[in-house]
Amino acid sequence: MKTLDKLHQHGAGGVKAPSGATSPLSVSGLSVAYQKKPVLRDVTFEVNEGELIGVIGPNGAGKSTMMKAALGLIPSISGEVLVYGKPCSEQRRLIGYVPQRESVDWDFPTNALDVVLMGTYGRLGWIRRPGAKEKAEAMECLRKVGMADYADRQISQLSGGQQQRVFLARALVQNAKLYFMDEPFAGVDAATEKAIITLLQELKKNGKTVIVVHHDLATVQQYFDSVLLLNVELKGFGPTSRVFTQDMLQHTYGGRLAFLDHTIAAGATEAHGGVSL
Amino acid sequence: MNNFFAMLGDPNMRWIFLGCMLLGLSSGVIGSFSYLRKQSLVGDTLAHAALPGICIAFMLTGVKSIGVFLVGAAAAGFLATFGISFITRHTKLKQDAALGIVLSSFFGLGIVLLTFIQHGDYGNQAGLDKFLFGQAAAMVGGDVITMSVISAVLVGICSLLFKQFKLISFDPGFAKGLGYRVGLLEQLLMLLVVVAVVIGIQAVGVVLIAALLITPAVSARYWTNTLGIMVTLSGMIGALSGGLGAWISSSVSNLPTGPVTVLAATLFFAASVLLGPERGLLAKWLLRQKVKRSYHAEREVRIAEAMKGESVS
Ligand SMILES: Nc1ncnc2c1ncn2[C@@H]1O[C@H](COP(=O)(O)OP(=O)(O)OP(=O)(O)O)[C@@H](O)[C@H]1O
Ligand SMILES: [Mg+2]
Repeated sequence: MKTLDKLHQHGAGGVKAPSGATSPLSVSGLSVAYQKKPVLRDVTFEVNEGELIGVIGPNGAGKSTMMKAALGLIPSISGEVLVYGKPCSEQRRLIGYVPQRESVDWDFPTNALDVVLMGTYGRLGWIRRPGAKEKAEAMECLRKVGMADYADRQISQLSGGQQQRVFLARALVQNAKLYFMDEPFAGVDAATEKAIITLLQELKKNGKTVIVVHHDLATVQQYFDSVLLLNVELKGFGPTSRVFTQDMLQHTYGGRLAFLDHTIAAGATEAHGGVSL
Repeated sequence: MNNFFAMLGDPNMRWIFLGCMLLGLSSGVIGSFSYLRKQSLVGDTLAHAALPGICIAFMLTGVKSIGVFLVGAAAAGFLATFGISFITRHTKLKQDAALGIVLSSFFGLGIVLLTFIQHGDYGNQAGLDKFLFGQAAAMVGGDVITMSVISAVLVGICSLLFKQFKLISFDPGFAKGLGYRVGLLEQLLMLLVVVAVVIGIQAVGVVLIAALLITPAVSARYWTNTLGIMVTLSGMIGALSGGLGAWISSSVSNLPTGPVTVLAATLFFAASVLLGPERGLLAKWLLRQKVKRSYHAEREVRIAEAMKGESVS
């Protein structure tokens, strides 16, 4: 436990946002429990504006839970979440969200464009329906993710990767400043992954902050400015070069770490059984 | 047909016919959202749970009015939903089992109370037994007007909040992220289901009203991939079923309206399963045949070309 605490501090310590500037997302002491046992315990971190941040951890580590709790979608048992210095319930317009694709039933009577239009509902108020302006914006976002040709397609007739891109377009049309994306790379081919990461980098260039749940350790160093290691507790947080190390990963994945990519600094690579990361 | 026109000649029947159509329309509309939220069984449970609520409301007040019944049914529906969530949270039972338990126990209680009312000292009791299977012809002008007004309000709410209902049916998590009060909207939908049940009780009865919530929606889904069209179509199928039910049951003496209405809706359902484009059985079969034929044709061309190539060389 001692070493854990040390690592925790080591991780969270050096990355305080420059004082004065309000951080896009500041989480302190966040704990969440679905049943008796907390699945997220005392998580504290503060992200810097304009960064691409990767959230890494094994299955069931609480990555999705952390995002949902930060967004206020599920209740937390303790902790505080501030988005640009205010509770996230007051900052809805600044937040965009890409849920895990499996979270909805895709056999819903609607088409791709219509799903993207849902991203504009937030600024439409209670009664107004999306009009020509919103449709044009939604089409533009579909084009950005390379899905313009599929605008009229019934969503159940899209492939998994195409559905993922529709969700991404829906988040883009929200025109938020802080994005939460839950596994946007899950089940997409190499070309799509490249297109998506280019898009994320473009968002970053425009000063947006993007927090991404990611499973492919091989690409972490290439994609992210900062890394957040999570396994129920925060196992480390900070600039990728400092936090994404053999030691820290071993610590996050525990004995479940089966293999590490060669790109990670050399070290012990004891082979366990085939554990998917 | 003669019967039909004879019926429309009678002003009271004309009202009843209209009321049943409006009822079908509103339950078709609201049922679409229940179906898409995979809550069809919840509608059935709320309908059955309404019976004891209505009986108690009647026993307390001694009046037969839609307003009083609405309060009773809403209270019972609230208790029922609470019971369901209590059971799923505190036992290992799944939701379907919890729904089954709540549905049957509330309905059992309702039947007991109903028997009690009929043998008891409740003067104005005539007609309460019709609540099981419905008897549209027993409705009076005032009932029909209330029913029509409430149906109109119900459909109005659904079209005003169409955007919200659509989003919470498809992706409640995202809706919450936008700041929608998803819990509140879900309760509103539930309340609208209870309202549809209550206004349908005299015409269709608690036992079968749920079919009017489910069947039109399921049938409409076969014809379209657009939510707006689906909801409209479901409303139309519901209205037609309601109209047919009122007409046929009123032209045969003592035929309860509920079963006829539901049979009419089932007819639409059967037609949809068979004939629906894309999803319908016939369309699927035709598509398979077409694909097969074109595949074979293509293959024959390829084989022919290959043979030609061979004979040349
Ligand atoms: N709705 C729920 N009810 C009860 N337990 C839940 C619920 N959702 C998640 N859990 C539990 O909480 C833990 C964390 O789940 P979570 O979905 O946050 O993991 P994750 O890190 O996103 O995993 P993955 O990589 O598989 O997406 C898991 O042990 C899971 O079983
Ligand atoms: Mg997850």
